Amino acid sequence: MNAFEWVVQLLGIVLALAAAPILLGWVNKCRAWLQNKSAPGILLPYRGIRKLFHKDAVIAHNASRLFRLAPYVVFGAMVAAAAVIPSIATRLPITRAADAIALVGLLATARVFLSLAAMDVGTAFGTLGARREMMIGFLAEPALLVVIFVVSLTCATTALPMIAERQAAQSFALNPSLAFTAVAFTMVLLAENARIPVDNPATHLELTMIHEALLLEYSARHLALMEWAAALKLFNYACIGFAVFIPWGIATGDAPLGLTLSVMLLGVKLAVAGAGLALIETVSAKLRVFRAPEFLATAFLFAVLGLLVRLLLGASA
Amino acid sequence: MTSLPWDLQVLNTLAALLLLLSFAMLSQRRIVALVDLLALQGALLCIATSLLAWRTGDHHLYVSAALTLGLKVIFLPWLLHRLIRRLDVYWDTEPLLNITGTMLIGVLVVIFAFGLAQPISALASTATRNSIGIAVAVILIAFLTMITRRKAMSQVVGFLSMENGLFFGAMSATYGMPMVVELGVALDVLVAMLVLGVFFFQIREQFDSLDLKHFESLKEDQ
Repeated sequence: MNAFEWVVQLLGIVLALAAAPILLGWVNKCRAWLQNKSAPGILLPYRGIRKLFHKDAVIAHNASRLFRLAPYVVFGAMVAAAAVIPSIATRLPITRAADAIALVGLLATARVFLSLAAMDVGTAFGTLGARREMMIGFLAEPALLVVIFVVSLTCATTALPMIAERQAAQSFALNPSLAFTAVAFTMVLLAENARIPVDNPATHLELTMIHEALLLEYSARHLALMEWAAALKLFNYACIGFAVFIPWGIATGDAPLGLTLSVMLLGVKLAVAGAGLALIETVSAKLRVFRAPEFLATAFLFAVLGLLVRLLLGASA
Repeated sequence: MTSLPWDLQVLNTLAALLLLLSFAMLSQRRIVALVDLLALQGALLCIATSLLAWRTGDHHLYVSAALTLGLKVIFLPWLLHRLIRRLDVYWDTEPLLNITGTMLIGVLVVIFAFGLAQPISALASTATRNSIGIAVAVILIAFLTMITRRKAMSQVVGFLSMENGLFFGAMSATYGMPMVVELGVALDVLVAMLVLGVFFFQIREQFDSLDLKHFESLKEDQ
């Protein structure tokens, strides 16, 4: 069945690539609904990407090779991450190859290249965005790692597919440590994906933006890849959350029926999570950049509390 | 993985939430929100006590749950809110340390408390013995809240939160203190609160502020 596993793996990657812009469109649509605006089409991110691919790229004179290379590296890292995360099935060849810590490393690689490329041209906004991105990154990463440690401690493994299988097999129980880590993970997700309490994805106001400032110098296919990678990042984070906290229904074998069910459930989970994200973005106000460390320190605190509560209340809690 | 009975699961969750609330109080800048958090902590304590009373069939725990509800959820927060209005002190100044630093110290305090409680938990025979560490942590964090604040009001809230932690500790270690002690402590807290309420006015009259740093210098130096 090895060949079939590879087919499923490939299917998972294609699904991630296809679903990521739709997820973004869905979040935008929900947010527009919640804010009493007329909603843009759900396929709008696709149209944007297609339009950008048809344009001619304009690159600054003093841009180095790194500037051209970065979009491919960032996109590649996100696709690799999508392959590592068990989104539809757990027993897949690439998914087995890397664990959660390697995944965090992949995400960090993407961040480093994104920031380097932003600083490459030497404009003020690019540098500013890169600095802010690194500030968010270095605060969010420990929180993410502690979240992973708590879950690894609960499941006695750092491999995401095994975690997903263990969690899926568990009977439902009130688990304060997992609840705390889930909150921490949600906060990290918001910060890492430039969502509202930390960054506003809808703004192009220079002084407050983080993610947009990084991409200011990019155009055409490079910009398309970067935006697609950003959508993939959101999709990946959502899938990590599903795999770790609500993996019910994920396919553990390779029976076609289980896979179909798993894909359908993933769609439902994504729809609910996207609506939830839109709700969070609607009810909260953007923090000042200097309050972002406090936000992420709170995320870290939640994760550490999850760890401590888990150690204290013991294996049975 | 063995699964616990549901009431113990709920008790553990309540214990974890109590710890979380302590941290929320530690990081809260506004005094009004601080009092609300104190009331919420009391409410959680009340639920936990009632649940434990139901689990053990101990009638005096119902009495202490009712006492908690009346005193810590309704009366004291009401009194504090009234004092805040009368004294017009809606704002707490910036704490002595920044929030992030305080919270990191808080995490260290929790680790210390868990280490401290380990031998006690090993000796206790109650079903809730795992929560003793959380109770000790709540007490120490309340202490930290008092240390890092300058205003008399927030120090009093920290003091009351410490009492909540003590109560929870007694509950998890031995299913509550004897009735006489509990009533005595409740009365003490009540009287202390009333006396402090009077004190607030006196302090403000003397120094024109509730900032306790005025206490640090002798009268002649002013």
